[in-house]
Amino acid sequence: MGEIGRQDGGDRPGGTDAVRLEDVAIAFTLKGAKTYTAVEAIDLAIRPGEFVAVVGPTGSGKSTILNAAAGLLKPARGRVRIFGAPLTGLNARAGYLFQADALMPWKTALDNVAVALEPKGVARAAARDQARAWLGKVGLANFTDRYPHMLSGGQRKRVALAQMLIRDPEILLMDEPFGPLDAQTRQIMGNLLLDLWAADRKAVIFVTHDLEEAIALADRVVVLSAGPAARVVGDFPVPLARPRDISEIRLEPRFHDLYKEIWGCLRVEVTRAYAAGPA
Amino acid sequence: MNRLILLGLQILVGLAGLALWHVLTVYPILGAPKQIQFFFSTPGAVLARTWAEMMTPEIWGHLWITLQETVLAFVFGAAGGIAFGFLFARNALLAAVFDPYIKAANALPRVVLAPIFALWFGLGIWSKVALGFTLVFFIVFFNVYQGVREVSPVVLNNARMLGLSERGLLRHVYWPSALTWMFSSLHTAVGFALVGAVVGEYLGSSAGLGYKIHEAESVFDVTGVFAGMLILTVFVIVIDAVVTVIENRLLVWRPQAGNQR
Repeated sequence: MGEIGRQDGGDRPGGTDAVRLEDVAIAFTLKGAKTYTAVEAIDLAIRPGEFVAVVGPTGSGKSTILNAAAGLLKPARGRVRIFGAPLTGLNARAGYLFQADALMPWKTALDNVAVALEPKGVARAAARDQARAWLGKVGLANFTDRYPHMLSGGQRKRVALAQMLIRDPEILLMDEPFGPLDAQTRQIMGNLLLDLWAADRKAVIFVTHDLEEAIALADRVVVLSAGPAARVVGDFPVPLARPRDISEIRLEPRFHDLYKEIWGCLRVEVTRAYAAGPA
Repeated sequence: MNRLILLGLQILVGLAGLALWHVLTVYPILGAPKQIQFFFSTPGAVLARTWAEMMTPEIWGHLWITLQETVLAFVFGAAGGIAFGFLFARNALLAAVFDPYIKAANALPRVVLAPIFALWFGLGIWSKVALGFTLVFFIVFFNVYQGVREVSPVVLNNARMLGLSERGLLRHVYWPSALTWMFSSLHTAVGFALVGAVVGEYLGSSAGLGYKIHEAESVFDVTGVFAGMLILTVFVIVIDAVVTVIENRLLVWRPQAGNQR
């Protein structure tokens, strides 16, 4: 563990970082002109092709970091660099998978996926063909004409996954995407995500409160401190072999060792978060 | 409950009401039948008159006029409401500046405008369309305004992250969301368009169902008034059924109680 991305102050050998947060602080204005500093002095760098999971107690600003990388939030201080270039406005090179249902309820699964190609100027018929192929890849070939309310929670996540990936973004930002799903569906979705990701490794920031999920999926697990003014307090490589099956990998002794090690760091913060006030 | 039993009970209530009306107006219970009938007519007479009216081409002419006024009031009112709803929802300053005037205009009971409209637009259909417009406009306006303002932030952020332009957002997010809200008030809006038409006709015109009822009333023809009301009721039920069909077609994506998973 230690400070990441700050030591060298520039690009690492092997190319530019896909996402790089430098000394980022984000504050929200509360009622009565008070400000709440969600995260403070975050330094984080994600290499192209690297799968990084961010864990932390409730209210540690995990989503805040993601929103800063997406350009949905403007940092009060510090800089966000995307492939070396300072981020202004929305991050056009990133795809975002939200925790809540984000599909357009008035569009079918097919149209929800196809609409993602509209900004790229793909013709409607071609976009629908590609969308159909993508829905096949996420296992929904027979559900193209369903509206979101006719799909289960897991199926809706699959559509959202296809919607994000069809644009071929270079960076994937995921905010507890499988949080609302049941345990088995989460594992199935995790494996699906790893399969799709393995095909052409993108840089991933995967926010979760589930440490097991984080270790099973990621190359690196970053631990945030309890909020307010959360910081990075731990950075652990996950040297588990790929391809992984996330329901099997939990049984490996190496997994347990990693879990113990990272949990030792995370537990301190979780305890602090609870001591500060009930969740 | 069994559907048939329910239907039977519903019919029974209707028949009981008609029977009570019949007995009280035909037999000397509350007073001399002739006198009672002057005020309340009898169900038989009303049904016979309604049937006779429906057989003449005249009533269809009146219905056609009322239908035209209703549809025009709805179309113009909805178009105006959508346009201004969008404009105000996307422009906070405009909404803030005009807020008191919108509220004041909506607070005014629209019926008092009928004589003014008759003066401005004459006794033809346009004064009724104008009255219906003022009623429909505000319903649609407030709903579209709300619909655009209350687009789910997650859906909106997701669409923005997909790279949709402002135009794309308008087309794929704001517009469908606003339409949902508008359609949720479709029955009310169409109902008000009809109210505008009939009240306008009632207050001054030479054609339409409202005029027909007013005409009967002015010669104390209670049977004619009731017959006109019955025709109007059936007319409204038919229009409402058509609206329901349109609604189900357009909102096919909306979850319905019972088939949600």
